[in-house]
Amino acid sequence: MDTMRERFTSTVSRLLDEDPRLAVVLAEIGVANFAEAQRAHPDRVINVGIREQLLVGVGGGLALTGMRPIVHTFASFLVERPFEQLKLDFGHQGTGGVLVSAAGSYDWPAGGFTHMSPGDVALLNTLDGWTVHVPGHPDEAETLLRHAAAADDDAVYVRLSAHGNTAPRDVTPGRFLTVREGRGGVVIAVGPMLDNVLAAVAGLDVTVLYATTVRPFDERSLRAAVQAGTGSADVVLVEPYLAGTSITAVNDALPDLPHRVLGLGIGRRELRRYGGIEEHLAGQGLDPASLRERISGFLSR
Amino acid sequence: MTSTAVHSADAYHDLPRLMGLMSGDEKHGPAATSTLDALWVLYDRVLRVSPESMDDPERDRFLLSKGHGPMAYYAVLATKGFFSESLLPGFGSYDSPLGHHPDRLLVPGAEISSGSLGHGLPLAVGTALGLRAQGRTGPAVWVLIGDAELDEGSNHEAIAYAGAVGLERLHTLVIDNASATHGWPGGIASRFAAEGWSTATVDGRDHQALHEAYTAPHPGRPHVVVARVEPKS
Repeated sequence: MDTMRERFTSTVSRLLDEDPRLAVVLAEIGVANFAEAQRAHPDRVINVGIREQLLVGVGGGLALTGMRPIVHTFASFLVERPFEQLKLDFGHQGTGGVLVSAAGSYDWPAGGFTHMSPGDVALLNTLDGWTVHVPGHPDEAETLLRHAAAADDDAVYVRLSAHGNTAPRDVTPGRFLTVREGRGGVVIAVGPMLDNVLAAVAGLDVTVLYATTVRPFDERSLRAAVQAGTGSADVVLVEPYLAGTSITAVNDALPDLPHRVLGLGIGRRELRRYGGIEEHLAGQGLDPASLRERISGFLSR
Repeated sequence: MTSTAVHSADAYHDLPRLMGLMSGDEKHGPAATSTLDALWVLYDRVLRVSPESMDDPERDRFLLSKGHGPMAYYAVLATKGFFSESLLPGFGSYDSPLGHHPDRLLVPGAEISSGSLGHGLPLAVGTALGLRAQGRTGPAVWVLIGDAELDEGSNHEAIAYAGAVGLERLHTLVIDNASATHGWPGGIASRFAAEGWSTATVDGRDHQALHEAYTAPHPGRPHVVVARVEPKS
């Protein structure tokens, strides 16, 4: 099986052949993977060097000429470092583009905190109009990338990860997928969190919604799931980025329903550990055993 | 002198009155007018852009990066018919499209929204790349920055990259009123020249010198014009 990043390269390389509006903008990271596409489309595969302000500014300039930029690097250098460029060179100009990140929150633990960006989705959440896709499998990444590339001038963020689920799901961009139904609470598993969440809730009477698009937030599916339950409305979010990022979105979906929300994800405190993804998930309390304890503890309170 | 030139000279001499509609004062200090002559010559004699061509993909692009102090810009756009001078007295008011920093969604003729320094040149690089990728080799892309704006590192990312790839349709106009606190030892043009740009440094009040600098050939290289005006203080 290929990785999400490999699928990104192969999918976008094909899309470049099909759609003359698309252009890929890179800042060294990912350049080797696009070598073939660059030979085929030298004016539409652009590497600006290690210059992330320029990376986003060039994307914004391409959009001003009517093109659809696909801008890619690690999340730290795509969202955090040039954040003002995202705010001004796209949103304030009234344009959009596709941002595709890698490395996310814990993909390269041995690389340490400089290459972790658990706050990316929360930061984009301060801006207007960004769609945020978080695939949990390379097949889902392809579906969401194709949808993003074809989404007119929308501003879209696609968060790829080295962490994922064993099997793909038949996801629809913008919608949550009901993976299992129960009556004692609703757990929303975002992207790569699904396998661990399903293992954690085995035997519990809960609904699991699978979210591969978190902005806009699928309020209708959440409301339907909550209203199908019994007793108090309990919602648990399990997100592979900053814990609690979508609590406000849950509250906004349920303004008229008394409810409780538990937001699980990556903590603000640095672990200051290296190692591997599984160790970091455990370190963040996102392994199946920790999730089961935290979820069942919340639901039984 | 042709009738067009007479008309053009009259329009130029009317610009202080238009700026006065925004400031309530026809006398403006050097800082407020630092861009005035450079902008005028560009719009009057160089840029292939008009109110009718704003939806034409083949138009030249002018990006005002130094969005602070846009009165001269608005006065030139009004003179060139992009909007009515009746909008000028509302400058900065709640219902006016004319802010103290321009917003491209509000100002007819403005290619970018600016105000935060250091965004225009990277956007101009992307604009030039986008036009090239679409096979549009005709349009020139111009961006105006200030000498103090050059402090922002994003400019240096753009200058190095544009020079390295020989982005010929890109033109930068630097208004140098010596307002950068730490200055540019060796001169502003040298920073561009080191990256392979074609350069010209001229008196920013001399219309003929500006025109010659704007229209100098620069095959295979981006071009910078440094327009020196009176020091800010």
